[in-house]
Amino acid sequence: MYTSLTNRRAFIKKMAVLSAMTAAATMFPGILFASDQEKNLPKGGNLNWKKAPCRFCGVGCGVMIGVEDGKAVAVKGDVNSPVNKGLCCVKGYHSVIAMYGKDRLTKPLVKKNGRYVETSMKEALDLVASKMKETIDNHGKDAVSIYGSGQWTIPDGYAASKLFKGCIGTNNVEANARLCMASAVTGFLTSFGLDEPMGCYEDIDHADVFFLWGNNMAEMHPVLFSRLLDQRLKRDAKIIDFATRTTRTSAAADKSILFKPQTDLAVANAICYEIVENGWVNESFVEKHCNFNKGITNMGYGLEDNYSFKDKPEKIDFAAYKEFLKDYTPEKVEKISGVSAKDIKYMAAYYGDPNKKVMSLWCMGMNQHTRGTWINNLVYNIHLLTGKISTPGNSPFSLTGQPSACGTVREVGTLTHKLPHGVVTNEEHRKFAAKIWDVPVENIPAKPTYHTVEMFRALDRGDIRFMWIQVTNPMVTMPKLKRYRDGAKKEGRFIVVSDIYPTPTTDIADVILPSAMWVEREGMYGNSERRTQYFEQMVNPPGEAMSDTWQLIEVAKRMGYEKQFYYSEENHIEEIYTEYRKHHDNKKHNMAPLEVLKENPGMQWPYVDGKPTKWRFNSKYDPACSNGEEFHFYGKPDGKAIIWQRPYEPAAEEPDSEYPFWLNTGRVLEHWHTGSMTRRIPVLHQAMPHAYVELNPGDAKQMQIKTGDMVKLTTRRGEITLPASVNERGVPTPKQVFVPFFDENMLINDITLDSFCPISKEPDYKKCAVKVEKA
Amino acid sequence: MPVKSYLAHPHNGRKQELIESLSSLEECEVIPAENQDLLILVTDTEDNFQEKQLKGKLDAIESLKLLTMVSGFTTQKNDK
Ligand code: SF4
Repeated sequence: MYTSLTNRRAFIKKMAVLSAMTAAATMFPGILFASDQEKNLPKGGNLNWKKAPCRFCGVGCGVMIGVEDGKAVAVKGDVNSPVNKGLCCVKGYHSVIAMYGKDRLTKPLVKKNGRYVETSMKEALDLVASKMKETIDNHGKDAVSIYGSGQWTIPDGYAASKLFKGCIGTNNVEANARLCMASAVTGFLTSFGLDEPMGCYEDIDHADVFFLWGNNMAEMHPVLFSRLLDQRLKRDAKIIDFATRTTRTSAAADKSILFKPQTDLAVANAICYEIVENGWVNESFVEKHCNFNKGITNMGYGLEDNYSFKDKPEKIDFAAYKEFLKDYTPEKVEKISGVSAKDIKYMAAYYGDPNKKVMSLWCMGMNQHTRGTWINNLVYNIHLLTGKISTPGNSPFSLTGQPSACGTVREVGTLTHKLPHGVVTNEEHRKFAAKIWDVPVENIPAKPTYHTVEMFRALDRGDIRFMWIQVTNPMVTMPKLKRYRDGAKKEGRFIVVSDIYPTPTTDIADVILPSAMWVEREGMYGNSERRTQYFEQMVNPPGEAMSDTWQLIEVAKRMGYEKQFYYSEENHIEEIYTEYRKHHDNKKHNMAPLEVLKENPGMQWPYVDGKPTKWRFNSKYDPACSNGEEFHFYGKPDGKAIIWQRPYEPAAEEPDSEYPFWLNTGRVLEHWHTGSMTRRIPVLHQAMPHAYVELNPGDAKQMQIKTGDMVKLTTRRGEITLPASVNERGVPTPKQVFVPFFDENMLINDITLDSFCPISKEPDYKKCAVKVEKA
Repeated sequence: MPVKSYLAHPHNGRKQELIESLSSLEECEVIPAENQDLLILVTDTEDNFQEKQLKGKLDAIESLKLLTMVSGFTTQKNDK
């Protein structure tokens, strides 16, 4: 239709203008542009626009994908999506380009005599099934395992859980969300008895103050951060950045408060002290809706193999809790945290002001923490003491990093202790799952096996012999990586990796299966605000690439589970989703039917009587509340949430004279996690071509290090050399360095520590001790 | 050959200045809203290198408070 290039570019520019005008109209109702600009705008031309959730982060923006001649060529924010209202970030826009990298895996590869040989998908899947059977015969069911991802679609995770837990009969199912979200889960479970946020993104439109707890939203959740900034423009809402490093978020915030690593525990308690001391406690809320508990302290850090821990909650009263808080006066905490008593009081005053609606947001800073469950509990304490919870604008909100960490890992339950509904340790829950799965209940073992770190330790020890890894790159992301890489390469281990590009993880594989990516297949993701979003297949996957769901089904059938894996090739996504919904068929978690997901830009659960639930536990909005009160925390047997007494305890490894700096690791705006997709997008790769080490300018000056100089970092695990970055994107506090983990050529995780939160088993990637030298 | 569109927010009282700064860049097309402090910006660059250079120029504009991306289009290679 558009034969001339000039015409085509002009057309595309008009399309771009149209998208922007539509987004502007959503954000500023009634906005006007000069009328001559609005005429002649195209309606869509020969691009076929289809809706999908974004492939990348857990914000879960709705995007429209423009498909032309069988290829995805354009992305725009979906103005109908309440998540992003037409906006889209740099990663979202480039997501379609990630499907077309030159080195896409298109054929299965099998390792023979140390070299990869191309084979057919049929043969590769035959080999996977026969190796799994052989391993079970020789070493038992608990010698096989699957390690998946928060980037798994809901049907991927469901098929994996049903195959391993229901059919094979092992709880060796884990996912990379253990590395990013597990502390959020245990935080929710211990405080409320049910996982996932009570509020939703609409809270942003109501809150007066946003507290960001160790959360660089400007880079990690850019579209939501734009919504925060928008509220500041419109309503003068305040943004307070509470972090260990100055970032783009700090620069954009109204106030940036820095604390020493790990001491957020002490500051959160000091805020509670101030709330109690100043009479800002919402007495009637606390009396009606809260209990007080304490648990075991000095839990250790999980550094040794086979470490185990079980908390013993003990009821206390408000008076005992108040007594405990006396150790956390702002003046005492100033000494521990480096945060001035004045700033602690400043934060507490916002939380305590009954006329201010407050939203707390966090992500990896609080979750990747050796006391991750505790710090989640402590931030809930602040909201519970003040009654600022489960109402529009009053919201403790745990953000997710991956597009379906909530939808797949947390809701489908692809963790060793979980089932889609409930936990393996509960007989009723096992019976319920077994009935839907059509398997004998005895199949599902009552004991969890290995959480992620322990699963890779078991692979190293030889307790696990077979591991299937899908949509994730643990040979970049595991802490103390060298041990786990060496372990995976040992004789007698068989590793299958399903992915779309070669990665350091495919390097350890015996079989590499090419996967279909995102809109090359059909599926659903679930984002941070309990929103389930459907996407159809829009383009064909390259070569023999196949969806992870169908790979699992093919292997399940080969292993003799045709009865349970009855799904048809044409309709298997619908069939799986319909079956999956049965696990959540109750007012507390009902999922919207597929037709509803197809028609809408996602739908939040609990979906009851044809309506989503925006604020859980609040009887005005949540039909599951049944106690006749304004609030009902029905996740707990007595309907009350728990305020936890949790102390400050130091990190597993703190700086000392030999290793005098903190090492903090994390992400950057341009790259999606390990960069396996975004490093193949030229503009993103060029914008951020390699990792670096950020230093505090004072430290850099003292060591005569300038940006670009090579710096050697040494920990008790090893050493690595990287270029320095001084006063660039981020500035760590003195005696701290920061390194992003996206670069497979500079594997920072070779030197990180595999300590974890004893309750959630989530590793702490933010804190270990390091020596810093000019190389 | 990327074409992208953004919503550009000026600092208070500096909308006209922002219109002028953006309009002076060859790769930019600007459409101001008539009744809000907001501009639509469409950028059109030849390649990634030019795009990177443009980003540097946009970052240096002082009247620009916030730039949020809305859409992006990749033109096919044979369109060059
Ligand atoms: S903010 Fe996240 S979900 Fe939204 S477009 Fe960017 S990467 Fe995608």
